[in-house]
Amino acid sequence: MSEQTFVVNGERVTVDVSGDVRVLWVLRDLLGVTGPKYGCGINVCKACTSHINGKAFNPCAVPVGELSADDEVTTIEGLPAQAAEESRGQHGLHPMQEAWLERDVVQCGYCQPGQIMAAVALVRKVRDEGRTVTEADLDGIRNICRCGTYTRIREAIRDGETRM
Amino acid sequence: MTTTDGPRTVNRRKFMGYLLGGATVVAAADLGMFGRGATADAAPGELPTLPQPAEIADLSDLLTLAAAPTSQLITVTINDDGTASFALPRAEVGQGITTAAAMLIAEELDLPVDKVHVTLAPGRPELLFNQITGGSNTMHAMYTPIRVAAAIAKGALLQAAATLLGDSANKLTSHLGHIVAPDGRRVDYGKLSALAAKEQPEAVEVALKDENSHAVVGTPVNRIDALDAVTGAKQFATDLDVTAALPTMVCRAPTLNGTPKAVHNADRVREMPGVTHVATIPTGVAVRASTFGQCIDAVRTLEVSWNDGPVAGMSDEDALAGVRSAEAPIPALPVGETVSGDFTFWFRSNSAMDTNSAVADVRHGSAQIWASLKNPNVAQGLIAEALGIPQAAVTVNVVQGGGSFGRRLFSDPAIEAARISKAMGVPVKLMWHRADDARVGRTHPLATSRIRACYSGDTVLGLQQAHTSVETDFRHGLGDIITAKAADLPGGLGNLPFSQVIFQLTTILPYDFGAVGQSLAETDTRFNTSSMRNIYSPDVRTANELIVDQLAQRTGSDPLEFRLSHLRNGRLRSALETAAEKAEWGKELPEGMAQGIGVHVEYKGVTACIMEIDCRPETVGRKVRNAVTGPRVTKATMVIDCGKAINPRGIEAQMQGCVNDGIAMTLTSSLHLRDGHFQEASWDNYFYTRQWNTPPELEVVVLDSTEPPGGVGEAGVAAAAAAAACAYARATGTMPTEFPINHQTLSFDPKPHAPPVPQSPTDGLDHTY
Repeated sequence: MSEQTFVVNGERVTVDVSGDVRVLWVLRDLLGVTGPKYGCGINVCKACTSHINGKAFNPCAVPVGELSADDEVTTIEGLPAQAAEESRGQHGLHPMQEAWLERDVVQCGYCQPGQIMAAVALVRKVRDEGRTVTEADLDGIRNICRCGTYTRIREAIRDGETRM
Repeated sequence: MTTTDGPRTVNRRKFMGYLLGGATVVAAADLGMFGRGATADAAPGELPTLPQPAEIADLSDLLTLAAAPTSQLITVTINDDGTASFALPRAEVGQGITTAAAMLIAEELDLPVDKVHVTLAPGRPELLFNQITGGSNTMHAMYTPIRVAAAIAKGALLQAAATLLGDSANKLTSHLGHIVAPDGRRVDYGKLSALAAKEQPEAVEVALKDENSHAVVGTPVNRIDALDAVTGAKQFATDLDVTAALPTMVCRAPTLNGTPKAVHNADRVREMPGVTHVATIPTGVAVRASTFGQCIDAVRTLEVSWNDGPVAGMSDEDALAGVRSAEAPIPALPVGETVSGDFTFWFRSNSAMDTNSAVADVRHGSAQIWASLKNPNVAQGLIAEALGIPQAAVTVNVVQGGGSFGRRLFSDPAIEAARISKAMGVPVKLMWHRADDARVGRTHPLATSRIRACYSGDTVLGLQQAHTSVETDFRHGLGDIITAKAADLPGGLGNLPFSQVIFQLTTILPYDFGAVGQSLAETDTRFNTSSMRNIYSPDVRTANELIVDQLAQRTGSDPLEFRLSHLRNGRLRSALETAAEKAEWGKELPEGMAQGIGVHVEYKGVTACIMEIDCRPETVGRKVRNAVTGPRVTKATMVIDCGKAINPRGIEAQMQGCVNDGIAMTLTSSLHLRDGHFQEASWDNYFYTRQWNTPPELEVVVLDSTEPPGGVGEAGVAAAAAAAACAYARATGTMPTEFPINHQTLSFDPKPHAPPVPQSPTDGLDHTY
């Protein structure tokens, strides 16, 4: 065993686990951060999508030993704190989460934390590229939803983009 | 101008119920009512088809009737903080029934929806047939019982307020959680709850609120669990924090349903980092560890000798040959010109995002189970049997499910987790790996559907359909252990009659096509099957609608006009007319694009779907990494009349899901059996609809209806699957005969079967964005 230190949702944590254990299991099984969901464990379904240093990543595909003490992991639980206070909505959440609520996107809800984290990263990415989200961008989202909430996801991303 | 439309007749029938003894108001319904059958109205000038069994009494009626005798055991409680609580004896798996139940209670009680707490009831065997979540029946069965219970609670609050305020109850009114006197004095429900409580149960009579004055029911309401879901707080089985229930996985055989013969390195695996236990169970070798990652490592390290499963060596084609050999002759038809079709529907997976999972604590002769279960009382009986302990020693807690699509009718993970916990002597949190969930989990059975129709001029004289299928497992019975056991008689003797009944109670051909006959033959009990967001309907109706288009073509009719002139269901005719208008049926499209129609009658409602598909080479050939692209449905229009719409926003959501399911079933998603096992181990192997497949334009219309509320969750799949198939046929000029249309192409490199689960990648930081 060895000690692994990194930052989760603004809090530095140290976990006693071998470095090859993937971050998803450290979050869920050892730290009790269950917002990121398991859907495949092979970086396909994207249900565990979270952020590392502000960019989308899939913790099922990252050994915890690859994180350094200053790497900041943000899960859905920590997303509201990433939004400036004045940009948070009526529920005190990140604008993308508020758009999700307004559009009533969720059905079973299992994939939705990952969908929201992917959506926020997509908007940030296209903004960095000096553009807005296109239909092709939406077509390219790999996060699967077995309930088939895709239409409302697309609407909520466009709505969330204007709120962000 | 005069009008003959008077006010709608309002049923102010009184209902009976009870106020139960206790410290707060607890009210219950007592009902023996059930819905009436659909009526058939013949299209003028067409050869009428006699009503089919499902038009007189369908699966919804059966389930509602079965649930009625125990409705008095369904209770609504008023809490001393002024909120109401209701433990719904059904499973919420995304279909929105907790929200709909909260709306019904809010309506009758005059409370804001967010003051109604709806939880999922644990297994309650005394409910008998009233705790099965299936057949999209929840609202049909519970619309009245829930309202009656809430209305009785409200009556008790009014009585208590009358005493407190010194006024007669009929002069008092309610307003959002308060009882208000004529002089403006008000008292909140929380304060009244204890005053209104009864020491002994008391029978009462109650009238329900006039449905025409509903202010919550019928309005679009957002899901009551949405806030939890978008913040990551919503808990599924694997999110539960049950003391000492450590992550647990199972190493499974390289052939479907193979069994462990011997484990060669259990001691070595026990020494691996994080691993606490290794135990052999009937379905494989279980490992328990500090993290699921360490379980995956252990599963991949286990060396196990296996007994072959019952389909070892078999492929899809072998399973199809078995079905072919069970096909019965199609009955003779009247003389005329004939149209025929022979369609194959390959195995399709109902794997949900939230894989098969359960928490189990089996110690000291009793069992505590937590899982998403649509038949918790069958689970209780089967777990008791598996563990050799009395049924009463098994507590089954129903957890929110991350999708079901039919799979959670069965309790496979709960039974497996119970066996593992017993074998290890410690609590376990069992989670199936995605690879197992797709390969070993239940499937929609492979089936063929053969149709022969004959016509003369533009009159259809008859249509006969022979549907033949690998057995569909109905061993969950009606949700109780007795009928579940009856369905489990050896050799399929119990299940096959069950499937015949279900087929006849769910199958309606909604056209006047003269002599109509539809039959089912099932064979082969070796696969893990179940219903899949509908049972037979998507396949049966896809085959039907393709033949309808053939009949239209032969008789020189437009597909829409042909359907409208032959439909024998007025509600469906209205829905199809609306869909045609919204979809701009018949509009000009480039070559390689076309529209297609699918309609369906089930769950006490009707759906009509029109899809527009793009089969042009540049679209079909578009590339997405590790994906199936192919024809793209560019626009879908879905119209539903589901009877009284309790929550139009939820219904719209379900129809959107049904559209995506229908597209997947027709165009992209199937399992491939090779050498005794299914190949699909990932969402990039099993091609459910993704963002690059979903229609960029999707419109849902929920029609106003004065009929009682029907089912919604599965209602749109059959029409959607059929519409996609008919659009594809019209766009390409070729009627497809197997589904999904891409089945003959294996669009991925199969992952190994030994070890049974793939290792997680390590390059995630190379793919950030």
